[in-house]
Amino acid sequence: MAVSRNLQGWLLAAPLTAVLAGFLVLPILTIFIVSFWQATEFSIIPAFSLENYQFLLTSPVTYQVFFKTFVYAALVWGLTLAIGFTVAYYLAFHIRSEATRMVLFLLCTIPFLTSNIIRMISWIPFLGRNGLANQALMSLGIVDAPVEWLLYSDFSVVLAFVHLNTLFMITPIFNTMMRIDRSLVEAARDNGASGWQILTHVIIPLSKPGIMIGTIFVLALVMGDFITVRFMSGSQSANVGRLISNDIALLQYPSASATSIVLLAVVLLIIGALMRFVNIRKEL
Amino acid sequence: MSKMRYSRRSILKSGAAVAAASALPAPMIWAQEIKNITLRQFGTGVSNLNEVGQKVKEELGFTLEMTALDSDSVTQRAATQPDSFDIADIEYWICKKVWPTGNLQAMDTTKIKNYDKIVGIFKDGKLTPDSVVAQGTAPNTVGFAEGPGSTAFAKEQTQWMTLIPTIYNADTLGIRPDLIGRPIESWAELLNPEFKGKASILDISSIGIMDMAMVCEASGKIKYGDKGNMTRDEIDQTIAIFTEAKKAGQFRAFWKSFDESVNLMASGEVVIQSMWSPAVTAVKSRGIPCVFQPLKEGYRAWGGGLGLSKSLTGMQLDAAYEYINWYLSGWVGAFLMRQGYYSAVPETSKDFMTANEWGYWFEGKPAAEDIADPFGKVMAKAGESRDGGSFYERMGHVACWNSVMDENQYMVRKWNEFIAS
Repeated sequence: MAVSRNLQGWLLAAPLTAVLAGFLVLPILTIFIVSFWQATEFSIIPAFSLENYQFLLTSPVTYQVFFKTFVYAALVWGLTLAIGFTVAYYLAFHIRSEATRMVLFLLCTIPFLTSNIIRMISWIPFLGRNGLANQALMSLGIVDAPVEWLLYSDFSVVLAFVHLNTLFMITPIFNTMMRIDRSLVEAARDNGASGWQILTHVIIPLSKPGIMIGTIFVLALVMGDFITVRFMSGSQSANVGRLISNDIALLQYPSASATSIVLLAVVLLIIGALMRFVNIRKEL
Repeated sequence: MSKMRYSRRSILKSGAAVAAASALPAPMIWAQEIKNITLRQFGTGVSNLNEVGQKVKEELGFTLEMTALDSDSVTQRAATQPDSFDIADIEYWICKKVWPTGNLQAMDTTKIKNYDKIVGIFKDGKLTPDSVVAQGTAPNTVGFAEGPGSTAFAKEQTQWMTLIPTIYNADTLGIRPDLIGRPIESWAELLNPEFKGKASILDISSIGIMDMAMVCEASGKIKYGDKGNMTRDEIDQTIAIFTEAKKAGQFRAFWKSFDESVNLMASGEVVIQSMWSPAVTAVKSRGIPCVFQPLKEGYRAWGGGLGLSKSLTGMQLDAAYEYINWYLSGWVGAFLMRQGYYSAVPETSKDFMTANEWGYWFEGKPAAEDIADPFGKVMAKAGESRDGGSFYERMGHVACWNSVMDENQYMVRKWNEFIAS
């Protein structure tokens, strides 16, 4: 029976393995291989050359762009975490009625019924020189001339990112908070802990897996993005995703692949490091 | 004689045709087969218009499927997926990149009815006998192949054309006269600190670099040997000047697609920028003042044409020639000229335009009555005349053609640095 159970296990795992192998491992391998190729303007030459990596790793632009990508990622992470945690905390601990809680949570997801791109682009007329935000500021007498940095700036990029990605923080944190045993909070209170102590000693440590999952979502989305940066910065800023998309547009697939591999490695390293702080599987 | 033509012309025209007709059961069969033919055309948005597809169906009987992409994607597709299209509607600088791949086939000019009437720019490069060929990838330099199957460009006119020219124009800066309030006469104004945070340039490297060169040359900062084929040093200097301006906040945004340029201008985010003629028309037809400003240094010109995929043969190939001949016969030309472009065979388009339209668009005369764009919206009132004047006035002042340089890859890397800086 042992053999057949073994076989059964393999068969059960086979579909997922096949899907992952075909749609994840194989493409990444292809990208890895192509990253060593060479390209001219109109042809791609299979070769083994380190030229793409050499150019990438010695160009000051690469470091600038990676730095910018980290800055965006860090800012967006900080802001989505602050907002996401607060919203989740409010939903999980302040709302008593289960029904209200679910209604409010669903309310958070309503913006996601429209497309990502539309939600992003709708900021443009709002923040523009003659947009609603500037009109409001001017008619309230707060500023005399339109505020220019509202649109096509790092501010607008981060704003759009936070808007687009906060839900990915709220959901996992809310989920872990709902699993926290309420008697732990009561016990802490009975033992004389202040509200702040309860938060930092009980709730935050127990919410870590949720925070971590949210972090991975947000980091992966921000670091892999190119369209938000392109539209919200008016093409004036670049992150790694835009570097890759520019290369693809100019038929430089090998160089795009090399950049992708470096980006993938960097993101995996970050996530690997995060995993060392929190063992998600153990704590779920 | 091609099989196709029996269906459209009188069968009894010649003895050969009679023989052919009796050998073939019925001409209707051909007519039926033509209906089944589908030609897949792709190109940049400028001339991929649904109206053209509908008219082809009405007049020629076959189906034309059109896909519009941006210049980079067009190049990419023409260079890498020759079987994904039958007709490539591309620009001459794209042709310079794509032709060497062998994905297109040379076209026999003897099969092009209006070949003799095509303007000189596309043949010997000269608009009038005493014109000088401008810098850059001038259409005549990449317009002819040495022969069928050749992947090299011919220096002289031959019987084999790489692209049949269809559309071209002279581009310049677009401005918002109401927001600027003073005359603009030079390309150098793009970097004038007066327009800090209100200027824009297009983020398509091969075109953007030319606009940059026009600006740098106009301001006297750089003297180019050939703007259309810069040295590494010239590229470095050009990009350096613009990087400095970018860091100083000169630019509001960069644009990549036609619609973006229209929105930037219409919303007042930008008051001076690289622009294309129909984008100016689009801003104007929203009732917002916008001028395609002629500048003393001249225009940056571009031209496009139709190329045939290498894999096109037989009936499909005949249909493609039929389509190209129809394209040059006037209706499309008139349609395009109403958007501010020029037709490669202007005289055939004259019959499809009113005297007023012809006068306004081609001859640069003041409009006798309101001028409407091809979609029926009024875009110029009676009495107004076209920015830049007549055809000869505009196309005669081309300083440079859109181009691909020998140092293209270097330029592209530098361009990426500029965007990332």
